[in-house]
Amino acid sequence: MAKRVRSMQDFDFRGTALSADEFSKGKVITTTGEPHAEYAWDCGPAISRYLEELRNGRLIARWCKRCNRTMLPPRMFCELCWCPTTEWRFVRDTGIVNTFSLCNITWDMKPLKTPQIPAVIEIDGASAGMGIMHLIGGCDPRKVRIGMKVKAVWKPAAEREGAITDILHFTPA
Amino acid sequence: MGMRRVAVIGAGMTRFVRRAKETPKELSFEATRMALDSCEMTRDDIDCVVHGTAPDAFDGVHMKAEYLCDGSGGVGKPYTRNYVGGGTGVFAPIQGWYHIASGMFDTCLVVCEEKMSSCQPHPQGAFLTIFDHTTERALGPNLLWIFALEMNRYMQTHGITLEEIAAVSVQNKGNALDHPCAQLGKKTTVKEVLESEVLAWPVHREMVSPTSDGAVALVLASEEVARRATPKPVWIDGVGWTLDTAYWCTRDLYYPRYVETAARMAYDMAGITEPDRQIDIAEPYDPFAYKMLHHMEGLMLCGKGQAPKLVADGVTARHGRLPCCPSGGLLGVGNPIAAAGLMKIAELFWQLRGEAGKRQVPGTPRKGVAQAWGDLMQVGTVVVMGA
Ligand SMILES: [Zn+2]
Repeated sequence: MAKRVRSMQDFDFRGTALSADEFSKGKVITTTGEPHAEYAWDCGPAISRYLEELRNGRLIARWCKRCNRTMLPPRMFCELCWCPTTEWRFVRDTGIVNTFSLCNITWDMKPLKTPQIPAVIEIDGASAGMGIMHLIGGCDPRKVRIGMKVKAVWKPAAEREGAITDILHFTPA
Repeated sequence: MGMRRVAVIGAGMTRFVRRAKETPKELSFEATRMALDSCEMTRDDIDCVVHGTAPDAFDGVHMKAEYLCDGSGGVGKPYTRNYVGGGTGVFAPIQGWYHIASGMFDTCLVVCEEKMSSCQPHPQGAFLTIFDHTTERALGPNLLWIFALEMNRYMQTHGITLEEIAAVSVQNKGNALDHPCAQLGKKTTVKEVLESEVLAWPVHREMVSPTSDGAVALVLASEEVARRATPKPVWIDGVGWTLDTAYWCTRDLYYPRYVETAARMAYDMAGITEPDRQIDIAEPYDPFAYKMLHHMEGLMLCGKGQAPKLVADGVTARHGRLPCCPSGGLLGVGNPIAAAGLMKIAELFWQLRGEAGKRQVPGTPRKGVAQAWGDLMQVGTVVVMGA
């Protein structure tokens, strides 16, 4: 025998909204804690070489023979054909802005005085569409455009440490 | 494929709020209890439980599914958690579906819960570690970057305007006014949306869903049980899911190809060959205004770059030819991550049964599709449902 159907309208919905004041002024009971976790990540053969070459002021990619793809960041295997990659290939430190943003806030929603300009940059010499995330700087944020040619601005050689931040930012070429 | 038919026979949810007094377990309990009550079942009638919930970091509880188990009725039962980022809420019913379709179980509770407010000072902190620790995190990215980058690429590729995207916020927040659980339902205008603060150009504050606490639950059943339990089962006709590469900068962000792949899998199973004609009602994932458009295209409800026109022409309105997000979506109802995705499935359930009250789309919708998305623009999860 079919049971009675109870529709959404038959219910009194539960869930009690607290106001910002009730929480921030301690009008409700909460308890707090701060977990601390520390890590040391191994970079593997591909990214270790990538970082070494960043310290040398160069960008290096890996080539997949089967797909004929020059891939950045470099990787020891191709995620598409799933073969080991076979060759290191230097690419240029110039590229094209694939997309960008002008970010006015920090992750916890605090305003920034000057906007950060994150971008995806398609690197010259890598396969078409092969981009990396970096920042754009040294220019008027209002002048940044998709399709704009940019070049890397490197830290002075003595200050480089083998990190993606050895490139300070990309700037209009 | 020798799989059994599976129906949704009950649904429940809590209100979606910025900060709930209830604990995650209590929220799960309330949604689950409503889902069971809605089909006059008890926990004794349930064979297994699937729980969907997003990062442990929101709660600061390691393996939080084990912690949540009591609230979602899982004690002493076959119980599993799934987590595929923002895609979780639409993946959880897929996991429930294969528990039953396989013949292993006759009934399954599917529960999704999220309490984002515990994470201080802002739950966005839980997302900072999704970026590659060596090649990206050193640049100091925050989660908004990837949405802003994707939105800009999408707009540029098709020549889409900010006004066209703001219209999605207007539609969905307006729809949410009629949802009894909504956090941010309101009547607004394109002008108001565009006058809101620019967080990360081109993303404006009013184009972003809120952070929320809430829970949603469904009862799934095999055909035999469903037909005994209710005169109005809603069938899960097709399911699909895919994951694209984490090298998100090497894919063209203008189009969510992983959504298309998942949608094709679900449509094939459901016998849908022309989604734009055969789907009566859609709940594409809308954590950001442009995302509803992007996902309508990935779901092949229109051609690439064509979604803004459907919104402008009123096609996606509640009374339009193809209502999209009649619930009010994440933009209006709220975005407790996993629960928000399952809210979309619950909305299709209520709509296809004709029980959505003030939100009910006109006519007699027969087929619906819901979708969610997540991680580094990677995950597509899709469910097709039929009355
Ligand atoms: Zn390859």
